[in-house]
Formats: sequence, C-alpha cells, structure tokens
Amino acid sequence: MKRLFKGGRVVDPATGRDGRFDVLVEDGRIGRIATDIAPADAPGATVVPVPAGGIVCPGLIDMHVHLREPGQEHKETVASGTAAAVAGGFTAVACMPNTTPINDNAGVTAYMLRKAAEANLARVYPIGAVSKGSAGEELADIGELHEAGCVAISDDGKPVATALLMRRALEYAGMFGMPVIDHCEDPSLKGEGVAHEGYHASALGLRGIPNASEEIVVHRDIVLAGLTGAAFHVAHMSARGSLDAVRYGKSRGVKVTCEVTPHHFVLTDEALRDPVPYDTNVKMNPPLCEAADRDAMLQGIVDGTIDAIATDHAPHHADEKRVEFDRAPFGIVGLETAVPLVFDRLVHPGHITLRRMVELLSTNPARILRLPGGTLAEGAPADLTILAPDLPVAIEAARLRSKSKNTPFDGWQLRGGVAATIVGGRTVYVNDAVAGADALGA
Amino acid sequence: MSERATVRETPAAADAARRLQRKDLVGIAELSPEEIQLVLDTAEAMKEIGERPIKKVPTLRGRTVVNLFFEPSTRTRTSFEVAEKRLSADSLNIAAATSSVLKGETLIDTARNLEAMAPDLIVLRHPSSGASHLLARTCRAGVINAGDGLHEHPTQALLDAFTIRARKGRLAGLKVAIIGDLVHSRVLRSNVSLLRKLGADVWIAGPATLLPPGVEQFGVRWTTSVDEAIEGADVLMMLRIQLERMRGGFLPSLREYFTIFGLTVERLRRAASDVIIMHPGPMNRGVEIASDVADGPHSVILDQVANGVAVRMAVLYLLAGGVDHEATA
Repeated sequence: MKRLFKGGRVVDPATGRDGRFDVLVEDGRIGRIATDIAPADAPGATVVPVPAGGIVCPGLIDMHVHLREPGQEHKETVASGTAAAVAGGFTAVACMPNTTPINDNAGVTAYMLRKAAEANLARVYPIGAVSKGSAGEELADIGELHEAGCVAISDDGKPVATALLMRRALEYAGMFGMPVIDHCEDPSLKGEGVAHEGYHASALGLRGIPNASEEIVVHRDIVLAGLTGAAFHVAHMSARGSLDAVRYGKSRGVKVTCEVTPHHFVLTDEALRDPVPYDTNVKMNPPLCEAADRDAMLQGIVDGTIDAIATDHAPHHADEKRVEFDRAPFGIVGLETAVPLVFDRLVHPGHITLRRMVELLSTNPARILRLPGGTLAEGAPADLTILAPDLPVAIEAARLRSKSKNTPFDGWQLRGGVAATIVGGRTVYVNDAVAGADALGA
Repeated sequence: MSERATVRETPAAADAARRLQRKDLVGIAELSPEEIQLVLDTAEAMKEIGERPIKKVPTLRGRTVVNLFFEPSTRTRTSFEVAEKRLSADSLNIAAATSSVLKGETLIDTARNLEAMAPDLIVLRHPSSGASHLLARTCRAGVINAGDGLHEHPTQALLDAFTIRARKGRLAGLKVAIIGDLVHSRVLRSNVSLLRKLGADVWIAGPATLLPPGVEQFGVRWTTSVDEAIEGADVLMMLRIQLERMRGGFLPSLREYFTIFGLTVERLRRAASDVIIMHPGPMNRGVEIASDVADGPHSVILDQVANGVAVRMAVLYLLAGGVDHEATA
C-alpha cells in the first residue's frame, strides 16, 4: 500500500524538518519526504490531501498509560484504551504493569501484546514490573520481560520500595538498555494523604501529601542513577523541588529524564474546592499541587528540563469514583484530552513551539524508551499524527472512547486537536469535525 | 407575649424571609454573616422553648428527619434528637454499625434508599471530609452536616458562637484562642470560619506537629506557645487530644502534652479576668485541661451542651421547608 500525504506542514524534530513537505508512505514505512512529490513520481500511490492548516508529525507516544487489562476490564481494556489513544492522536502507548495479575512475567506481557494485536489500533509497549508482584522485594524476571517486548520497568502505582532494590533494578535493567521508571513517593510521608498538602486540602479537612514525599525519592533515585550509570525516568513529576533535582542531575551528567502530565501543568489544588468541592475527578497521585508547582512545570517544559508529556491515563469506573473523596481511587483518564490541553495551554499562549510540542509528545518518549517511532526519517515506521491546531474542541466526558469517563476537563472548550492518526501507514482514526479530514481515511 | 413565642405563629410570607435560603447546611464556610446571625437569633427563641415546663412545639409536625451517623457519637446525636423531638419532627436514627454499610453499600446508595422514604432532612455524621457535600449533591432532602471527617462541624461552631454571645454580648473584637489538636479538628475549621466572619480576633495554638498545613492562609494568628495564645484572651476553646495521636508520632506522651500545652489554673491567670472556657467534648481531664479549670467558675462547658439543643432546633427549623426542595440537581 502506498499513500502520498500532500500539502501538510511537517514538523519533525528528529530530522529537523519544519515546513511544507509531502510524505510518501510505502509498506508501512516512510518512503520519501520531499517538498513536492508529484503523483507521477509515486506510481500506485493514493494521494491523500492533508486538510488546510494540518500539521504532519511523527506519531505521538504516550509513555505512561494504564490499560487495565488483564484483570480490571471494567475500567478499560487494551481495545478500548488503544481506541482512546488513537482518538487522542497517539500512535503508541507504553502501559504500566499494575494490572491483575501484575505484568511481572513474560506471560502477562505476551497476553497484553496479543490483545493489542487483536485491537490493531495503537502500538502497545508494555512496561514490566521492577519487582515480583510489585511487592518491592525480589527483582522480577527483567530479562525475560525485555525479550517478551517490555521497553522499561516500573512498579508504578508504588515507588520502588528501597534504595537497594532501585540500585539493583538500575544495574540489571541497564544491561538491556531499559530505563527504570519510578513513581517517586515516600510512603511514610504520604501516609493516608489524598491531596496536596497545603492550604486547600487543609481547609477542606483532606489529609495532605507533602511535595517532600516525591522530592525525596527523586533525589534518591538520581543519586542511584549516578552511582550505577543507568537510566532513571521520573514518572508524572509534580513538585517544583523534583524539577530542581532533575536539573541538578542533568547538570552532573546523570541519565535522568522526566515526564509531566497535562493536569499538572494545567490545574492546581484549587480544583479541590472549585468548581465542585471534593470532586473525585481531581483526585490523582501525585496530587494537583500549588500554583508555584504548576508554574515550575510550565517553566521546565519551556526550558527543556522536562523531556516528555505523558498522560498517566488512569481509567476508573464511575461507581468507584462516585464515593467519598478519601475512598475514591487516584487517577484520571488523559489520552483524549492531552493534545487539546497542550495546544490550548502551551502552544497557543506562546509558551512552546510546535516543534517543542512534538519533541515532548513523540521524539523524546521514543528516545527514552528506545522505540522505533518518534521520527519521520525515511525507513521509519509510518506512524503519523495529523494535528489541527485551530480546531475548536469541546471536551465531553460522555463521548470519550475510553471505557471510563473520569476527567476533570468535562465541558472545557479548547483550541487545537487531532485530525487523523495513522499507524503503519494505515489510518486508524479520523476526526469528522475537521473539514477535509474524510480524505485522510483509508 | 415576647417575640420568642412567635416561632410557630409568624405569617407565611414573613416566615419565608426568616428561613435560610438554602437546602443544606454543609459548612460555616458557605454561610454569610447575616445567615449566622439569623441562626443565632432564632436559637434565642428556641432556647426559651427548652425552658418551658412542656418543652415541645408542633413546628415540624409531620416532617421527617433522618439522623444518619457513620461514626459513634453520643453528644451530637442526642442533641439533634432532642432538638427534633422538641420541634415535633418524626426522627429516625440510623447508626452505621447496624446499617447496610457493613454489607458494602455506598453512601450514595444508602442515601437513595433513605430518600425513597421522603425525609425532609438528613443529619449526617461521617468520617470522610466532604461526605455531606456529596450527600447534598445527590439528595433532594436537605442535609445538615453533623461532622464530616476533619472538615466541618457547623452546628458546633454555631452553638459555640451562641454561648459566647450569651456570655459576652458580642463576638466582634473578642480574643478567642483555640488550643489543642488543630490539624485533626473539624471544630477548629468551623469555628475559625465563623469567628472570622463575625469579627473576632482568632488565635490558634498547639504543638507544631498538630498545626494545620497552610495555617498562614487561615486568616488567624497562630503560635506554638499556649501562653501567648492565652494572654488577654476573652474566650478559650480547648480541643480534645486523641490517644491515637501518640501512635501517629504527633506527640511523645499525654503527660508531656499536659505539661507544655494543658490549660491549668496557673496558665489561666494570663487570660482576661472574665475569660470563658469552652470545650466541645468529650474532655480528657488532665490532658488538654485540668479538672479544676474544667469545673471552675470560668467554665461554660455545660452551657454549650444546653445551647446545642437550641441551636440545632434553630437550624432544623430554618432549613425544613425553607427552600423549594425540587431546586436541586
């Protein structure tokens, strides 16, 4: 199958391209990119006109999602999660191992990959557990996880339990070129906390989680990454002190990278009371922090300290969220709201360029996880996201493709969205709201 | 006939103006100073009912009030119950220990089942902060928060204010010091909110481990020195120290707490000569307060209990039928 995407603005930091290019896709790979490819020069190719204003970029990669399968299929499945992914513009997702059972062995990894192949939408890259059962005691079969297709290890949902285990995990996973992704949190400081420790939680009588809970473990892990020379990635960074630690680590040549979620650069802990007090859709871990933290995340995104934007897509059933705040599970869905939030809150206000947006959502996640995507170089997989920067987007929780609707952004009006998502040269999502997008269909 | 006796005789139109124009009382934070004054003024009339030989009026006859308690409570539950009986409401007590909650039913399902019986008001005590907000959003019935987690206990703050006003004639300008386990206290949060709205000079004091995070934004003076808080105070509110605070690592021992933070006769000398001493109960004698202070001439602790009934009668009266119950989603 040959397809010639004509007339779009290509933004690809990996190859340095930013401008008007045509993209020829052949057999699931990027065949050629040039300023003008005449259809005559691409015999047999279907010409696909990119809608006016459309941006063609390497497929977006969400390096932190929860697909809930196996074991929690009432929240999400690989099929529903990857449907949400492609609708959000993501051609690939890396899924966390806190399923039931935990993805701590090649069998679970293979199951996930089989489900992903059946769904045949976004690419799925499983992340294996650091420790057996994520119990924080013995290392999981990390080598076998790698061979089965895992791209990183993490005990996400929980921190890597001890400094010693983290050291061993870094050393061992480092042999396979896999980073250790840590959910950085000191359990004793977190305690029974359900919200950011600060004025708002305090006034509402919610037990707090201090920033120090995250910062201490980020510091610990950076020291250990320095000790071992292996790669450490900070999951869902939220506290300004953590960002300082990453800056320090990077300045010393430590292999540390970090991600931030859209909700941590958009929202603050004021959302605990406004507009709906005790809304369990603003309960996530790490919690929404103060304005100073949110502003620091913005700064980190702008100055390059933050490597990636990841959603921490955490679907939960409505019944699980429709309870008292302290009894609700942590987490919100994010796959289908990330791109509009990035456009509306980062690109359009002028904080970052389109090029930087693509770095954060594609180039860098691919680099950190050593994935084949993240580039439109000739020969790379033909994973493309076509963005519609000026598309008015109204977030409607009820219309999300994810099985779960737990988003605090319901009803938000944003500017910027996704026109189409192409995986391996095949269009897997078209947004009917974009004029001319129907031409992007298969 | 004094104005006090007009509670059940006011014409309907004037009556409506004398109601709280809201469905629920979830916290002091939502109330305006005028609404607080209305509750306190109404409680004056209610107090008089409690002083009659026959302590009952037909005001809420035919109204159903559910006392839904998910935490053990003697004082608050009986106070509401007495208030409901004095107003002739039909009241129903549901304690979590005997309810379907133990069978895994959610708060919302419990509430929906109760709603099927068409109660006018639900009085809720719950260990989770925000539980009454959740219930109020879900139910057509009015919700009165009788204590939610660490968040608010609005009728306690109202009865405290009523007690202060009865003794001092005002709240504005008084130095009120609240001392004890601040971070875990819903009484603190409600009282800070109320006292600030009515213009008191609010101080809070306790060990650094028990100060609420973000205290600098509470709009109060705060200190770890009890002596500083007591200095010249017109009102002292002592908060209960719970035994489990030692296990949580907040305090070394009750003995040390009493030594450093307890209210003793000696410390009391720093206060204004006509200081009043309050405690929401239940008291730990010899921990946050010495017995001779709790039982001494400055103590108004038993007044608080008596006033609690009058204030809760006022709240029940002002909410029951006070607004259109269909007006909620």
